[in-house]
Parts: sequence; C-alpha cells; structure tokens
Amino acid sequence: MRDFISDRAQGIPPSGIRKFFDLALTMQDVISLGVGEPDFSTPWNICESSIYSIEQGKTSYTSNKGLQTLREAISRWLTRHYRLTYDSENEIIITSGVSEALDISIRAIVNPGDEILIAQPSYVSYAPCVTLAGGVPVPVECTEKDRFRLNPKTLQEKITNKTKALMINFPNNPTGGVMRKEDLEAVSDIIVDHDLLLISDEVYSELTYEGQHVAAATVGDLWERTITLNGFSKAYAMTGWRVGYVCAPRALCEAALKIHQYVMLCAPVMGQVAALEALRSAEEDKNNMVNEYRLRRNMFVAGLNRIGLPCHVPEGAFYGFPSVKETGLSDVDFAEQLLKEQRVAVVPGSAFGTGGADHLRCAYAVSRKQLTEALGRMETFMSGL
Amino acid sequence: MDEKDLEILRILEENGRLSPEEIATMTTLSVQDVEGRILALEDARVIRKYTAVINWEKAGNGEVSAIIELKVSPERDFGYDRIAERLSRFNQVKTVRLITGTYDVQLLVTGRNMQEVSRFVSEHVAPMDRIRETATHIIMKPYKENGNILFEQQETERLPYSF
Repeated sequence: MRDFISDRAQGIPPSGIRKFFDLALTMQDVISLGVGEPDFSTPWNICESSIYSIEQGKTSYTSNKGLQTLREAISRWLTRHYRLTYDSENEIIITSGVSEALDISIRAIVNPGDEILIAQPSYVSYAPCVTLAGGVPVPVECTEKDRFRLNPKTLQEKITNKTKALMINFPNNPTGGVMRKEDLEAVSDIIVDHDLLLISDEVYSELTYEGQHVAAATVGDLWERTITLNGFSKAYAMTGWRVGYVCAPRALCEAALKIHQYVMLCAPVMGQVAALEALRSAEEDKNNMVNEYRLRRNMFVAGLNRIGLPCHVPEGAFYGFPSVKETGLSDVDFAEQLLKEQRVAVVPGSAFGTGGADHLRCAYAVSRKQLTEALGRMETFMSGL
Repeated sequence: MDEKDLEILRILEENGRLSPEEIATMTTLSVQDVEGRILALEDARVIRKYTAVINWEKAGNGEVSAIIELKVSPERDFGYDRIAERLSRFNQVKTVRLITGTYDVQLLVTGRNMQEVSRFVSEHVAPMDRIRETATHIIMKPYKENGNILFEQQETERLPYSF
C-alpha cells in the first residue's frame, strides 16, 4: 500500500509534550499548571443566554461572517476599549476560536516560499500553520533581557527580500510579555519601511495588569497593514465555546472570508450568542477574574523567585515563565522530573520555539490554594536537586 | 479609603484567614502597610468581624431558620429605628432589614426546631407594639448564602496540558 500521508502533514513536528500528557493521565493528584485556559467556568449569564437561544430553536447556520449583532457589538467594543475602528459589515469575521482566525489569516496572505517572521517564544500553532500554507516560518527571538518584548534590532536582522509578514502575540503566551506603545512604535517603522504585513494575535489583551493594552493597529500607520485577531476564550473564560474573530482592512478580510466559508462555513451559533451576551453583560465578571489573576500572579511570581526559580514579572496573560538555567537541568528534564516526583505539571519552554529553552511555562490560572500547594511541591523538588 | 484598601477588603471578604504576609505578596504592598491598613479598617468598623461560612445542614445540627416579614407602624420621630433595634437585640434574630414592598421589616430567625421558631414569633415578635402583621416562611433548604454556593458542584474537567 502507498504511504497516503502528505509530505506537508509529515513535515509538521508532533506535539512536544505528548509523552507528558500521557504520563499525567496515568497519575493521581496532579496539580496542573500546564493548561492554557482559565480555571473559572463561563459566567452564568453567558451560559443562560445561550441555553435560552437553543430553547428558542436557534440552532442553524449563521451568515459566513457571523451574526450581524455580534459583529456590531465587537466593532463598538473595540472602539470603546482600544480605539480600534473596524466596520462590522466588511472588516470583521467571526471564527471558531482564534486558532481558526490565525489559520485563515495566514492562508489568505502566504504564497509558496514567503517568509513569515514569528516573534518567539510563541503559541505552538504559528509555525505549523505557516508551513501548512506553504510558507517558511522564521523565528525572531524575544529574550528575557528585553522582558520578552520584540526587539527592533533583532527584527531588522531577520528581514530578507522574501519576508512578507510578521506575527506577534502580546500579551504573550507563554512568557506573559507585553508590548507597550513605545515598543510597538519602534517596530512599526520597520514594518512599514519593509512593506510587511502584521498579524497581531491579541487574545490576551484584556489580561493586561499594568496600564492599558495597546492594540497594534492603532500605532503609527499600521492599521492598513494589520490583521488583528482576538477572541472570547481567555477574557471571559469561554475556551470551549470556540469564538474568535479576525479584523482587517476590507480586501484582506474578503480573502480570509473566502477560506473561512469553505473550511468552516460559520462559527457555531451557540457560541456566537454566548459571545454577544459576554459583551453585553459580563464586563464585571471579566474584571473580577482579571483582578483575581493579578493577585495570583503577584503571589506566584514572588513564590517562584523565593524558591530559586528566577521569573520576570509578566505584565499580561496568565503564565509565569521562570528560568531553570541555574538548576543545571534542561527545561524538558526539569518538567519531566517535577511531574514524576512532585506531581506538578508544567510545560517546558522549548515547546514554544526559539527562546523558550531553559524556561517553564506555568499557568497560574488555578485556585490560590492549588497555587500555594504547587509552589510547596516545587520548593521540595528544588531542595532535592 | 483608597483602591488598595478596597483590594484588601475584597481579598479578606473572600478569605478572612489570610495572613498579612500573604496579602502583602498579592497586593505588592509591604507587610507593615497591609497590617496598618487592616488595623485602620478594623478601627473604623469597616471590617466588622472575621467569621466562617458554614453549611449547618451538613454539620447536622438540625437548626431551623425562618424568614419573618413584619408590617410595622412607624413611630413619630423615630420611624422604624427603635423597633428594628429592639428586634435586633434578640439572639434568635440573625438578620434585621428594613425593606420596601408589602412588608416593612424582614427578619431571619433561627431555632432548634420549628416549634421553637414559631413560639418565638408568636410570644416575642407578634405581640410587640406597632407590629401589625407577621408572615413566617420556614427555610426548607439553602442553596446559596452570601455569594457562596452550598450544593456540591462537579469540578470541571480540564486537560492536564493545553497550549
């Protein structure tokens, strides 16, 4: 029999933490700091509105772009919160989570051989999505020295005549790094000078703990060359609902919409109804959750530094990203031994690409009680090294 | 009262047993500052006391609680204050509130059993001057008290790892 698997599928590396996953499932009493999702349940008013709409029989397709009411609400929300202006009719597409938003955005712009710069450490799907679209992912390392912000000099060095776009994600998964206005201004000139496109994944935007989130498209002349991605998963504890969105100038949006309508048709209507309710009535729930994350962050990062795992103060998202360099163990070995010996699950930083090695991604989206317990176990582990 | 005070109050309301050290790490204030602020909040009687949320049903003490609604004729010069304050002095009365609507005052009364509660209402509350009418609602089962859900909730299952 022939080998039916495509070269492209074969070319994608398997998940870097499969073995951890399998191991953790066989163990009891594991505290997982390995998840990329809130520990809160979706606020009940959001759930209730979706249940009600199902009872009303609203279970069919929506327009490809998504519910008009939701697009309008997103458009208003973005203007009010970030002074971002996108026309609800032609410049916003509702997607099945930011994962899909990312995929259709990349496929809308990549030609074979195009180089796509990825600010790393980054979310694990960026590089594979570029590869699947026929492009060449090129990492641009963000270092701890720069507080995991994108350094304009490093960016400049990676640009060639094949470079087409830059992908960034701030607040960042896995580092918690944040780009402030002046940081974005510094890279915006480079982007414009080299006529690049910017894909800015801002799904953690509401989880910003120091000052206000700055949307990349509002900086300098970036709007006309930026695809803004965002969604409801992190801010409203709605990971399972799968609702995200793409915002971009009309021509880019139309190209992405063609792909979206063939591969996804539309995001699930139940999720869209829930997302609309989130914007209408869950502001306070969201603020309470963000506030709780802030407290946990302060507590957790102080704890990591205390037990000998140096960690910069992450200004956004819900991850601590401590260095294990001084322990002499690699991040993979550290994570594996910590899981086996102390039953604490963390993700080795190298899973997130260039710049992630020697670090651990520890999500503090777990209860304070569990965080304290996890820190205690990590301290025991450290003292045994 | 500033934003940091409010933050400390929210933290303590959620868990009154946290130490000043723990609160200091969470709020990035110094321990001394936290202790000073808590003392000031206690002195100003903003923090009234530290207590536990207890599911008495589970503790199996079999107490009975009832909401008693009262129609009260207000007094010249005092309104409802004197009678509400008088009602507040009974140990059996856990909560006293002036409310709008058909009734004027709402009480939460507890006792060892139904007889004890009804005896208390009929002997001590109903005969009081200025109380014109009472309505007693026995609480059958509490589901949520002061923002705390009392029934067992299934823990959401999350994958051990996700990106």
